[in-house]
Amino acid sequence: MNITRKRFLQVTGISALAVAGEKLAGSLALAMEDAELRETGSSTRYAMVIDLVKCWQQEGCTDCIQACHETHNVPPIPDHSHRIEWIWKSSFESSFHSQANDYQAEDLKKMSVPLFCNHCDNPPCVRVCPTKATWRREDGLVMMDWHRCIGCRYCMAACPYGSRSFNWTDPREFLPQQNLDYPTRTTGVVEKCTFCDKRLAKNELPACVVACPQKAMTFGNLADKDSEVRQLLYPRIAIRRKPELGTKPVVFYIV
Amino acid sequence: MRDRSIIYIGLFIFLAVITLPFTLNLTAGGTAEPPDLVLPENETQCVESADFMRSSHMQLLLDWREEYVRRNIREYTATNGKSFNIGLTDTCLAQCHTNKADFCDRCHTFAGVQGPYCMDCHIDPTEALGGRQ
Repeated sequence: MNITRKRFLQVTGISALAVAGEKLAGSLALAMEDAELRETGSSTRYAMVIDLVKCWQQEGCTDCIQACHETHNVPPIPDHSHRIEWIWKSSFESSFHSQANDYQAEDLKKMSVPLFCNHCDNPPCVRVCPTKATWRREDGLVMMDWHRCIGCRYCMAACPYGSRSFNWTDPREFLPQQNLDYPTRTTGVVEKCTFCDKRLAKNELPACVVACPQKAMTFGNLADKDSEVRQLLYPRIAIRRKPELGTKPVVFYIV
Repeated sequence: MRDRSIIYIGLFIFLAVITLPFTLNLTAGGTAEPPDLVLPENETQCVESADFMRSSHMQLLLDWREEYVRRNIREYTATNGKSFNIGLTDTCLAQCHTNKADFCDRCHTFAGVQGPYCMDCHIDPTEALGGRQ
């Protein structure tokens, strides 16, 4: 078969164009998917606002953690490397790296901040999950389907907040009592805060919000201008954990 | 052809071995007794008809799972129009089949069902540790 130089250049050129076009279409589709994920256009966008000033009036209180863990059958595992936490507390300094400076009082840096899943608008855990065991609901809840979780722990690697825990052992062995209203988990699945989806379905507030003696935690709908969370965020300065990563967390801390 | 008798004996043994399950079944005299299931005392009708539940309860549970967890639908409307809260522990076990061992387990054992692992996570109210109602 004879092929002229001109014909050869034509064929290679068209092939290169076709490959480039396919790549471009692929990345455009991805970008559109991202945009869709961010702008769901839903009339509900659940979020949490935590007033740290109120929280710190009862430094050392763990009522929110206890209420959450009792409600969701989260076992108190003594081995720290196997620990399961839906809510936990950490120092202000380590929770908000970028907000801490050398001139803050040491006491302030050590004040504890309640931390849990940030239910991001752009959740990296959802993007990496190979089985869609974790997904973002239209109302913004980043959910877990434990039936579908295969325990690969990609989501744990992707979450910049360390909000996820893995069941290395049977959690039932460590549960002093079981709440019949909620299942336990089993060995080999990842779990995290779900903003109390089961309570929300019954028009109840999340367990931690109800348990807080200081009423420092407020839960509500960001999409509603008149909601309590919007009223709190409007006049006050609120910070979020690692917003620079672009995950768009919706747990706000009023300082 | 001196080995004819040996070949026939071998063939007979071979056929006898591979038809053993059938011959044993025929000589056993009918099928095994079905398990004696303890039915709920307070209800006579399950969410769907007994026939449907017998053949498709696993599919119903899978559908419930999809609806509850992934589609946030927490109620199930049965064919007869009655509606039920979706929940293996909350509805099936807590309200009717309070004795899982005498109902679910007995039949699963009889049918040789290798443990559905539902109960690894969903709590059986009768086995719950110091459970809060």
